[in-house]
Amino acid sequence: MTPRVVFPNKVLPYLLVAPQLAITLVFFYWPAGQALYQSMLKEDPFGLKSKFVWFANFEKVLADPAYVNSIKVTAVFSLATALVAMSVALLLAVMAERVVRGKGLYRTLMIWPYAVAPAIAGMLFLFLFNPSIGTLAVLLRKAGIAWDPLLDGTDAMMLVVTAAAWKQISYNFLFFVAGLQAIPKSLIEAAAIDGAGETKRFWTIVFPLLAPTTFFLLVINTTYAFFDTFGIIHAVTGGGPGKATETLVYKVYNDGFVNLILGDSAAQSVILMVIVIALTAIQFRYVERKVHYG
Amino acid sequence: MATVDMKDVKKVYAGGVEAVKGVSIAIPDKQLCVLVGPSGCGKSTLLRMIAGLEAISSGTVSIDGKVVNAISPTDRDIAMVFQNYALYPHMNVYDNMAYGLRNRGTPKAEIDSRVRSTAKVLELAHLLERRPRELSGGQRQRVAMGRAIVRNPKVFLFDEPLSNLDAKLRGQMRVEIKNLQRNLGVTSVYVTHDQLEAMTLADILVVMNAGLVEQMGAPLDIYEKPASTFVASFIGAPPMNLMALKREGGHARLAEGVTLGVEPPATAATLGFRPEDAIVGQVEGKRALVLPAVVEAVEPVGAESFLHCAATGDRVLVRVSGRATAKPGDKLSITASLDKIHWFDAAGKRV
Ligand SMILES: Nc1ncnc2c1ncn2[C@@H]1O[C@H](COP(=O)(O)OP(=O)(O)OP(=O)(O)O)[C@@H](O)[C@H]1O
Ligand SMILES: [Mg+2]
Repeated sequence: MTPRVVFPNKVLPYLLVAPQLAITLVFFYWPAGQALYQSMLKEDPFGLKSKFVWFANFEKVLADPAYVNSIKVTAVFSLATALVAMSVALLLAVMAERVVRGKGLYRTLMIWPYAVAPAIAGMLFLFLFNPSIGTLAVLLRKAGIAWDPLLDGTDAMMLVVTAAAWKQISYNFLFFVAGLQAIPKSLIEAAAIDGAGETKRFWTIVFPLLAPTTFFLLVINTTYAFFDTFGIIHAVTGGGPGKATETLVYKVYNDGFVNLILGDSAAQSVILMVIVIALTAIQFRYVERKVHYG
Repeated sequence: MATVDMKDVKKVYAGGVEAVKGVSIAIPDKQLCVLVGPSGCGKSTLLRMIAGLEAISSGTVSIDGKVVNAISPTDRDIAMVFQNYALYPHMNVYDNMAYGLRNRGTPKAEIDSRVRSTAKVLELAHLLERRPRELSGGQRQRVAMGRAIVRNPKVFLFDEPLSNLDAKLRGQMRVEIKNLQRNLGVTSVYVTHDQLEAMTLADILVVMNAGLVEQMGAPLDIYEKPASTFVASFIGAPPMNLMALKREGGHARLAEGVTLGVEPPATAATLGFRPEDAIVGQVEGKRALVLPAVVEAVEPVGAESFLHCAATGDRVLVRVSGRATAKPGDKLSITASLDKIHWFDAAGKRV
């Protein structure tokens, strides 16, 4: 136990944490409280009158088939994005370990996509995969794949997942590279002498020892897929075709700011908040148990 | 059971560091070969080349008469104990030991019996469920040993396996390793920079210096007949006293008033004698080297004491048994009998 530092002054400690508290209050608790309050109001489209309706908005939202669809879409989208972003990043990180010359350059280049804004990333992919003018879309069509994200829901989903994952790969890559470097080389050598081939070494030694990194990235990537991908979806598909890519966050925006059903939208964002809190709690409670630190 | 042969093995690291500059060692079956030398002399590099963890730049390494240069460590059928033990932190002791057997497709029942019997030999039986981080340093060391033994490999490789232990445990494990190695009869290569470990463990002792073999042979032969001043000062603790000779008119001498007792070999440039081969005082009627000296410091160790003296401008160490009567500042004579004196030429080679 490290000795505890005791402040003789009673006020100073509060003053010291005040800025942090103020930021949290203003930028998190206040809006969250507002959303909670808003979610129990019913407002006319012109914003002139509002009525307190308790949980009526929640009941309405949860009974809406479009909302249930959106939950499914979000689940598929988040899972796929996290999976793709993490597995591709891991593969690249493992490959980067073996690069002998130009390791630094290679790594630096790998990090660039992270600096691209989500909406821009979305536009990039929109152009690349545009059925009529996209370079990659043409290649796909030449390979005999009927590709049309404007009409086909699955194609659209693949497109947004690709765009969302692409942007997150660099971030994951950085952490995986650091994680791989933290594994003592002698462990890998010991495993080699113990008769484990390269693949076996990866799955029995490297992968388990990377677990803390993987777990951390799982939490981060899920949160990313839930919240930060709005720009990509907005730019690439706008939630379409036929709500095939309308995630929860996108629906919050759509209902609130486009359709101006403020009560529903607020109720949705409260549900979203609860979902993310629950997900993170579950991840920490159940997944982390299987993780071996050190 | 295997022989290990190194023929003119060289290692040049990327960047041009020549770590091993042509080493040839032949280790017969069941023998324990100790590589000893100062830090950076290439011991670990040589060991890692035998293991296959480091590519061999030129020359050949053969195990059991078969050149293994191009064979991966996975297929060399060797076991290695690392200095930091390299235990798999996410596996318990049992799995650490079973890992190598599982990789080689040993049947489950056999794995179990082998792991348990090895654990018993190493007194690890009650620790099988523990993770490495829940073990003491000494226990970890045993697990690392167990992981090597359980596979029953052709060759054991040890890279300073005891250097992370305290002195007492080190002494204990040293004896244990020797016994295990002899009982199992597995050819072994053991790297250390501890000369005591080297002397006590080795069947064949290889003294290395700057990437080359300085001397090779039975430990006591090397102790009795060091091939160079380097070996003389490296093997034996405390190290041999070395004194430079001056040549005057064709005669070698140490200093004014010092009897050499004998005419040294013509090419001798350095004289040496071990602290334990000298006595304090003079012996009547016997031709010997007699040095007038002043005691500078006394180190009592218990069973013996070391006298640090200044003699003819050199520092000379003498070992006397029991409690020393001399005190710092005392003047005395140091006598070394002639048959215990070693002569080295200007290049440091034994004459
Ligand atoms: N990967 C490497 N790349 C370049 N040079 C290296 C590498 N590993 C070791 N060397 C160099 O090779 C030489 C021999 O190193 P080695 O590790 O074999 O020494 P050692 O005898 O085991 O020393 P110690 O007793 O300190 O472990 C040293 O000069 C070292 O700097
Ligand atoms: Mg070493």
